[in-house]
Amino acid sequence: MTKLAYYPGCTLKTTAKNFDDSTVASAKALGIELVEPERWNCCGTVHALAKDDVMHHLAPVRNMLRVQEMNSEGQVDSKEMITLCAMCYNTLKRSNQTFNEDSDKKQKIQDIMFKEEATYSGSVEVKHFLETLKEMGWDKVKEAVKTPLTGLKVAPYYGCLLLRPRGIGIDDTDNPRIIEDLFEALGAEVVNFAYKQKCCGSYNTVHMKEVVGDLAHKILKQAKDGGADILATACPLCEYNLGPRQEQVKVQYPSFDSIPVVYFTQLMSLAFGLGDEAMAFEANRPDPRPLLREKGLLEE
Amino acid sequence: MENNSEKITIYVMGKKHMVPEDLTIMKAMEYSGHQFTRGAGCRGGYCGACATLYRKKGSYKLEGALACQKIVEDGMYIAQIPFSPAEKKTYILDEIKPEAATILEYYPEVSRCLACNTCTKACPQDIMVMDYVQASLRGDITQAAKLSFDCISCGLCAVRCPAEIVPYNVSQLARRLYAKYIDGPSEHVLERVKEVEEGVYDQDIKELMTASKETLAERYNTREIDLNE
Ligand code: SF4
Ligand code: SF4
Repeated sequence: MTKLAYYPGCTLKTTAKNFDDSTVASAKALGIELVEPERWNCCGTVHALAKDDVMHHLAPVRNMLRVQEMNSEGQVDSKEMITLCAMCYNTLKRSNQTFNEDSDKKQKIQDIMFKEEATYSGSVEVKHFLETLKEMGWDKVKEAVKTPLTGLKVAPYYGCLLLRPRGIGIDDTDNPRIIEDLFEALGAEVVNFAYKQKCCGSYNTVHMKEVVGDLAHKILKQAKDGGADILATACPLCEYNLGPRQEQVKVQYPSFDSIPVVYFTQLMSLAFGLGDEAMAFEANRPDPRPLLREKGLLEE
Repeated sequence: MENNSEKITIYVMGKKHMVPEDLTIMKAMEYSGHQFTRGAGCRGGYCGACATLYRKKGSYKLEGALACQKIVEDGMYIAQIPFSPAEKKTYILDEIKPEAATILEYYPEVSRCLACNTCTKACPQDIMVMDYVQASLRGDITQAAKLSFDCISCGLCAVRCPAEIVPYNVSQLARRLYAKYIDGPSEHVLERVKEVEEGVYDQDIKELMTASKETLAERYNTREIDLNE
């Protein structure tokens, strides 16, 4: 087992437990033990990304520091910090970059974090789990497959935060392939659709759900028109806006037919034969299980 | 008050006083003629009533301490924080769940935590305050309760927090949720309550109630305390 530091983030411990469970299980099936730091805090979310706001960099930097500590104590085998939630990935990656490239800000951040047990040196490498899979090689992923997702038409949905801004994205901003490659390795049929990088409406879901209703409708309809049975995402906020928010889409577009939206790791767990606890499909809305049974991928 | 120790200078609310160097802030204040009507309780570092903010001579840093524990230093500027204004929410424990949503419903400002660690640095109990606030935020009620166990609600963290969170109210909610839903009732307390109800201690209590002051003092002074029991 390779031990890698794993930063789950708050959402994976609350409303997206199915993302957490399916990730830890599918990593294990690939010989990776994801080790959570003993101490960690909220990634800081988008606030940390404002250029003039050093204070909000403390949260992400502090998390990197925890991983640096795990490293120096030999708890993990690399300098990498594996993230899953697209928001956490984006925040941590960008903050790490700012820390390493902007010496003024670095100094200010270190000044505020005075008198603490350790100082962050900038040594940690923030990574998304999808990048880990790619580096490992799609053949390795293929080898772990017990139930190929044959006949399942999957639309990969990236959203904004995995690909933008250019330079921190996990793949080409305009022509990403990484989720496509994963699903090909899992034996699924990949549906390419134009809106896979379109914004889901993000936090507008709190106070302007009609905006999200419109966007979700566009994205989901496009995927369906392209023949998709299901969408796979790597972001809890996208999952919410495209999944449970379909109730809102139906209010705005009464003829809309629902389509399941799941985390890519849940379908990995299915393909790797890891069982109900790892797949945790019961938490998804709409329920993807009837579709997966119909496709003969899930037992009755 | 007689005291032959070296005298040093302290400033209480900006006013200069010469006090013996080996006194606690609380005793030094009393030495210099102040009388505590608020902001003093157990005088043993347990109750959290005597929160104090101070700055040392030549230092930019604002520090916090319990007045009954901290020894004065030359040039110290001192201000008492006998009460820290905070809104404590009312909830019915039977009707709420041990999860992040509960914390955020009653104390939504927790989501503003910057992870700046100012609270931890202010805590006279050396509690990892930031870590318990963060554990609450992600619904790790067990960790929030355990990390905050030694909190005495002195209020210093709340006074210093730039996000205006009141950490001690949050952790109190977490500990209550932990006790009710995660840890559950403790067996030995239930057993003891049963014994009390069955009258096992009636005779002992009667004896204490009728004992003379001398006997009580004698028993108190020779009592055995087994911390491991
Ligand atoms: S956590 Fe806050 S209220 Fe509790 S003892 Fe520490 S500073 Fe005081
Ligand atoms: S002082 Fe406030 S904002 Fe800073 S870490 Fe503590 S609770 Fe969070």
